Amino acid sequence: MIRRLAPKVNAESMADIAFLLLIFFLVSTTIETDSGISRKLPPLQDKPTDAIIKKNNLLRVAINQDNMLSVDDELVDFKNLKAIAIAFLDNGGELNCDYCRGEKIKSSSDHPTKAVISLVNTRETSYGAYIAVQNELIGAYRELRSRESMRLFGVSFDGLKKSLNEKMSKKEKNAVKERIKRIQLMYPEKLTEAESKS
Amino acid sequence: MSKFKNKKDNSLPEISTASLPDIVFMLLFFFMVATVMREHTLMVKNELPFANQVEKLDRKNLIMNVYAGKPSSRYKSFGGAARIQLNDKFANLEDIKAFVLAERAAKRESLRPFLVTSLKVDKGTNMGLVGDIKKELREVNALKINYTTKKGEASDNLK
Repeated sequence: MIRRLAPKVNAESMADIAFLLLIFFLVSTTIETDSGISRKLPPLQDKPTDAIIKKNNLLRVAINQDNMLSVDDELVDFKNLKAIAIAFLDNGGELNCDYCRGEKIKSSSDHPTKAVISLVNTRETSYGAYIAVQNELIGAYRELRSRESMRLFGVSFDGLKKSLNEKMSKKEKNAVKERIKRIQLMYPEKLTEAESKS
Repeated sequence: MSKFKNKKDNSLPEISTASLPDIVFMLLFFFMVATVMREHTLMVKNELPFANQVEKLDRKNLIMNVYAGKPSSRYKSFGGAARIQLNDKFANLEDIKAFVLAERAAKRESLRPFLVTSLKVDKGTNMGLVGDIKKELREVNALKINYTTKKGEASDNLK
């Protein structure tokens, strides 16, 4: 029997075709950003409740219409905001705070669980400045949480969170969740935002 | 002299291009895998601000996108003030509620609590608009939000 060999396919144009596809994908690609600062909005309330916060437990951060930053009515450079926030949260002035490493000044916050940061902005404040301030404040919380997580469990707070995605038994997962909760309770994110002033 | 000439004749052999398709294919596959097709055509300027304390959003199908910013140059006729864009269309503040409810209704009930609103807002936008959006979201109980940002130093936003 005569075997008929299939004619060889010319593969020279393969490169051209592949190039064409490549260029199409190069042009149509947009590297989409899918990360950001996650926040939870407070639920809407009918009546604003009067919360009584001691003056020393409140850090008033404000951004004005020219994107200038003030903390407790004093103009502050943006670079110092994180350090100020950390010093305020970690102060531990009055109530016994065995994990605080702050200076325990009477005029600053009593305890991390009592410390509240209030962020006020005007309607003319730019979104970029607002995000920058949010970023620094969240950075302050994250740094403190990470420090305590390192001290207690030997892993950073982010490491703890990341380990939740790994494969493990339910028991271990619950243990990790417990740890995350414990750290979160040590430095709860008490960041309030007043409705913007016009 | 003849010696010299001989050497010149033995010039470089031709470079084989046989592996070229393979290389191109490799690149092609890389881009095919890395590509995320944009779901919406942007009609607003969307230069996201920078931040470094970011968390990754992993469940792509549970994200509602709200864009805001000045209309881009092609849509100058819509004016110079910052606008909101939902699903390929310019929208007003009042449309946000309907948008959220529609998105919510399209998802399975068990997934609804995990819906996140991703705010993709241009960094030059005034906070007034963002505050209004947030208020609308609070009214429909869409409380989980994410300020989508680019990775970078936050101080760059102030420049």
